[in-house]
Amino acid sequence: MASVALTNLDPASRAAARGWSDLTIRNMFIIPTLVFLIVFNIFPLIYSLGYSFTNFAANRSEPWQFVGLQNYRELLTDDHIWSNFVITAKYVIVSVAGQMIVGFGLALLLNRSFPMKGLITTLLLLPMMMSAAVVGLFWQLLYSPSWGPINYVFGLGDFAWLSNPDSALYAVAITDIWMWSPFVMLLSLAGLSAVPQHLYEAAAIDRAGWWYTFTRITLPLVSPILLIALIFRTMEAFKTFDIAYTMTTQPTAELIAIRLYKQAFQQWDTGKSCALAYIVLIMVLAITNIYVKYLNKVKER
Amino acid sequence: MAAVRTSSEVALNRIAIVAVLVATLIFLAPIYWIASTAFKPKELAVSVPPTVLFQPEVTPFIRLFTKRVQMQKTVDPQVYEAAPWWEKRIYDGGERVLKVGKDVQLSQYPDRFMNSLIVAIVSTVLAVGMGTFTAYGFSRFKIAGEADLLFFILSTRMLPPVVVAIPMFLMYRMVGLNDSHIGLIILYIAFNLSFSVWLMKGFMDEIPKEYEEAALVDGYTRMQAFFKIVLPEAATGIAATAVFCFITAWNEYAFALIMTNRRAQTAPPFIPSQIGSGLPDWTTIAAGTFLFLLPVAIFTFLLRNHLLRGVTFGAIRK
Repeated sequence: MASVALTNLDPASRAAARGWSDLTIRNMFIIPTLVFLIVFNIFPLIYSLGYSFTNFAANRSEPWQFVGLQNYRELLTDDHIWSNFVITAKYVIVSVAGQMIVGFGLALLLNRSFPMKGLITTLLLLPMMMSAAVVGLFWQLLYSPSWGPINYVFGLGDFAWLSNPDSALYAVAITDIWMWSPFVMLLSLAGLSAVPQHLYEAAAIDRAGWWYTFTRITLPLVSPILLIALIFRTMEAFKTFDIAYTMTTQPTAELIAIRLYKQAFQQWDTGKSCALAYIVLIMVLAITNIYVKYLNKVKER
Repeated sequence: MAAVRTSSEVALNRIAIVAVLVATLIFLAPIYWIASTAFKPKELAVSVPPTVLFQPEVTPFIRLFTKRVQMQKTVDPQVYEAAPWWEKRIYDGGERVLKVGKDVQLSQYPDRFMNSLIVAIVSTVLAVGMGTFTAYGFSRFKIAGEADLLFFILSTRMLPPVVVAIPMFLMYRMVGLNDSHIGLIILYIAFNLSFSVWLMKGFMDEIPKEYEEAALVDGYTRMQAFFKIVLPEAATGIAATAVFCFITAWNEYAFALIMTNRRAQTAPPFIPSQIGSGLPDWTTIAAGTFLFLLPVAIFTFLLRNHLLRGVTFGAIRK
């Protein structure tokens, strides 16, 4: 490598010739990371793709058989799986819509100067930094039917939020909204503070109303960043496992990730769970693709 | 805000600030509840109506760390007198502390907490280390298909943990890495590496190239320039990235639940498993939760100026 660098020496990088060449350094810096990610993320996925065409069960020793596309066919015609997807869709819509409204609302309120603004903003951001499993755990305490503070404050008697099939999913969504609205708030605040002040001054001079200013100046300028928050939260909500798994065992709140976990590690239906994992994976990658596209777009500004 | 303000605007502003304060109190109420439960006497944790103000005590923490049994009969006054203050509290509660010889038997909590620390610290150091080098490579050198490679790197972060965990579980079982610190550390490095590359690339891009070029002209090698010029400039970024990676590893639940069950189990799967059957002792669970959340709360304040950058993988910088 060093000799290559010596022969096409460009005058600005004579220094490179004394040590390793830039090319060597570049490869040394980048290749280990790529290899690591391929070995521990891509290779396992290829491995599980193989298993998704078999009836392999990890808790039994008998040899597995190749079953072709049978796992996929069974999954796509299984009403149970479809109901898990419907539950997940409901959860994503309620939880992400709630986060967008609460988060953007908070950002609008915070977007002015007042004493201790920095402290209050940071305090509001605390929930999203916490472990979702532990958040799920202590919201169980808050939701407790007979002595929980939530039922006491709202006078709901002994309403069982988490063991009632009709409310369990929404109870989890409320917790998720509490946890992740701060994320939307943080991004919205950045968007709001980037709106040029002179636009508001011009609107004020024109005696534009609050609503007009909001819909014609604020929203259009903040929407790219709101979109980022929306896509990212949608993707994360779709993958939700921790918070719902620790909070409730209701079948009506069985999100697709929980279904996948149970199929793989409780029923030990390994082959089929690999197939389900692939269906989920393809959906997540599709959203990731959209997300990165918008992320790069905002970045270019 | 420099525009002339009418009295109605001033009033609106005041209303907004009051609304912010109310919202903050609502948002902090759940955190207050778990933190306060950690200092409540057992019977106040499940009282009706719920207790908001009370005389705080430390017995939940003593119960969190010790193994105890119900006392069959009253304790010998001499033993009671000789006992340290915290052991007296346990006797007061109708229990006694289990001992091996002279040593108090500890509960599983300290072990699980240590596992969390080990796994989070080791995986953070390695993920940020590798990420820093790689970010420098992406920031400074021409790379064919750079955008695609960066997308590939980020996409590994987006994989749902349960999806990756199924094949990893099978592979770990073959090589005996199930329920081991190393196994969990590898998974957390893989999970955090992409994040650390993206975030560090943002920080590296902000360091002017001219710094190194000047050093190269002065006779430094590229490696010397990297270690002596670039790394010190990137120190803040490295620290912020490290804190983010630590928090992610510290909080992670799904991998830990699937890959560990005893020896290497971390706190997130352990804390909810304490609930068990019957009426759980919420004060002890709350004490464990409180200690577990405390480092994250402190780090959030230290990180406050980098949070936006962190949650958007370095794409939005304020």
